[in-house]
Amino acid sequence: MRRFRELIEGRGGMLLPLALIFLVVISALAVVRTKHENRVLVNQLNGMRSEKERLNMEWAQLQLEEATLSHHARVEKNAREQLGMTEPHDYVVVSSKP
Amino acid sequence: MSSARPNYVTQTVPVWRRWAVLGLLGLGVVVVFGRAFQLQVLQRDFLVQEGDKRHIRTLVIPGHRGAIRDRRGEPLALSAPVEMIWAVPAALLESPQHVYAVAKLLGRNPKDLQDFLRNRKDRKFVYISDAISPAEAERVLSLKAPGVFSEAAYARYYPAGEVAGQVVGFCGRDGRGQEGLELAQEAALAGKAGARRVIRDRTGRVVEDNLESKDALSGKDLALTIDLRIQYLAYRELKAAVARNNARGGLVVVADSTTGEILAMASQPGFNPNNVEDRKGGGSRNRGITDGFEPGSTVKPLLVAQALELGVYQPTSHIDTTPGFFKVGALTVRDEHPQGDVDLKVLLSKSSNVGAAKIGLALGAESVWSGYQRFGFGEPIYSGFPGEASPVLRHYSEWGQIATATASYGYGLSLTAMHLVRAYAALANDGLMPQLRLLASAPQVPPQRAVSAVVASEMRELMEGVVQEGGTAQRAAIPGYRVAGKTGTIRKVADSGGYADKRHQSVFIGMLPAEHPRLVGLVMIDEPGAGDYYGGLVAAPVFSTVMQGAARLLRIPPGQMNLPTSPIAAPIPTRQTVALPIREPRT
Repeated sequence: MRRFRELIEGRGGMLLPLALIFLVVISALAVVRTKHENRVLVNQLNGMRSEKERLNMEWAQLQLEEATLSHHARVEKNAREQLGMTEPHDYVVVSSKP
Repeated sequence: MSSARPNYVTQTVPVWRRWAVLGLLGLGVVVVFGRAFQLQVLQRDFLVQEGDKRHIRTLVIPGHRGAIRDRRGEPLALSAPVEMIWAVPAALLESPQHVYAVAKLLGRNPKDLQDFLRNRKDRKFVYISDAISPAEAERVLSLKAPGVFSEAAYARYYPAGEVAGQVVGFCGRDGRGQEGLELAQEAALAGKAGARRVIRDRTGRVVEDNLESKDALSGKDLALTIDLRIQYLAYRELKAAVARNNARGGLVVVADSTTGEILAMASQPGFNPNNVEDRKGGGSRNRGITDGFEPGSTVKPLLVAQALELGVYQPTSHIDTTPGFFKVGALTVRDEHPQGDVDLKVLLSKSSNVGAAKIGLALGAESVWSGYQRFGFGEPIYSGFPGEASPVLRHYSEWGQIATATASYGYGLSLTAMHLVRAYAALANDGLMPQLRLLASAPQVPPQRAVSAVVASEMRELMEGVVQEGGTAQRAAIPGYRVAGKTGTIRKVADSGGYADKRHQSVFIGMLPAEHPRLVGLVMIDEPGAGDYYGGLVAAPVFSTVMQGAARLLRIPPGQMNLPTSPIAAPIPTRQTVALPIREPRT
């Protein structure tokens, strides 16, 4: 108790308040920095979320496109008309040389 | 030390000054606290609300509706994002060249669009397009036309279209299921949108989002037991057969007889679920489940199976069907082609009504009834499909001699196609009748025993006669495989009562390979109007093509191979490739 009193009233009487003020300023700056970092991260998270949403949309569309292109009616039409394929209805042996 | 201090002369201060100062300070305190009280307590709700209004936004997290897929993961119903273009009419009308450009991109007549906007000049919001793809919307927005905006929405697409239309069903404008599995599985498919409350800064960036939030629940994907390849084959062949026979409709069901999984279920007339106009007609009905019909001759194998099971007849038993008709009270049972003295194989292959009636009467009403019961004719299918028809099988105590005789050849009771498939799956699966399933996730119910394994295999041997030479359905034969089955040519009930002369349902139901079946298939053509109406002529060829394709797709090895040894001269394709590419199942 006496030492404490000395500290305040003695020669270094201003040292403690100064140190405390300094610490307060540091912590205030730290708060600002953390807050800023938080906002940057939140912003990033939000960007990621909309990116995820966009990719999901794209995935749905690509699936649709794939399904449309590989629709059996279309594949069959192309196979028959453009490639001249047929369905074998029995075992057919075809010679490998034309 | 105290002597160094200047010695002030203390003057007495009047008491009122002290009180005045205290009073003023006190007043200040009261005012400050009062204001604080007013803001913090009295107006708090209002102020918080106003603050939130300026910074806090609720963002909706969309909950997507689950997809419906076939057993190999091919999509049958998908939700995909779309954009709807909307405009503020007055703003857009101010720059006519933009109206022209927007109309061109949306594929509308510029003049029509202009008139359309003029008529709605006073409105602040008007849709100027249907749902279009986000890429197209991007193009429209890049014109930077004044007062043109886009709104994101979700639309349901059915990539398989008409092929699986009746099974999958469709959703209404509100995104809820209205028909088929979309309706039946609404609870599982529907997604629940979540919400997130965030604080936004002036430029709209989210700066804080650890406020309350509710996660979105996406709908579950639904896997069906349908195989889209077989479904397509069934659809294509059925549609062709309905057109060829000038029929009113028809249906094809293919099921895996060991597990009861339905691999294909096609109905005609069909409809395209992507087309809103198409949905209104009768095409959306899934006839395999919702329509009951009298099974006719197709029950004869089940009757014979019961007779064998009870030991009343042996596979070698003979029945005299001369002279081709048989009187039971007021009823005369007739055969189209009298066969005289027949064994069971010929009875089935020639589909003798007289023979069936004689077996039925020999068994008695109760045994016939209990036989049908064991094949599940009194039980629902439990398909979980909306509008499933219940079977109608009256109790044997209500049957007289006539009812017993008619029930023996399949009249006087009503079943859905699924009931017949299930019953035949029992014969195919060595007497164990599986429960049919449409959803891959449906719990597998242990099969029920309908008849003994010995009887089931004897029955398959007897039913092979139907597709062999002299049988009613030689056209159901599939080269390389042993096929067992049965035809049915059912006279429909006339509107006026009694049976119609000219309206028939032609049915073929069968299984393959007969020695150890994997597949059961049913083909029904409703009211063929092009001359032929026998099941063996109308339905059997469809069965043959569909089942041959299904066997190839599922790689069911043929039982007997009669491979041609030399190249066949006649049908050599123009190119070397002979098979349609089979896609490997995805892993």
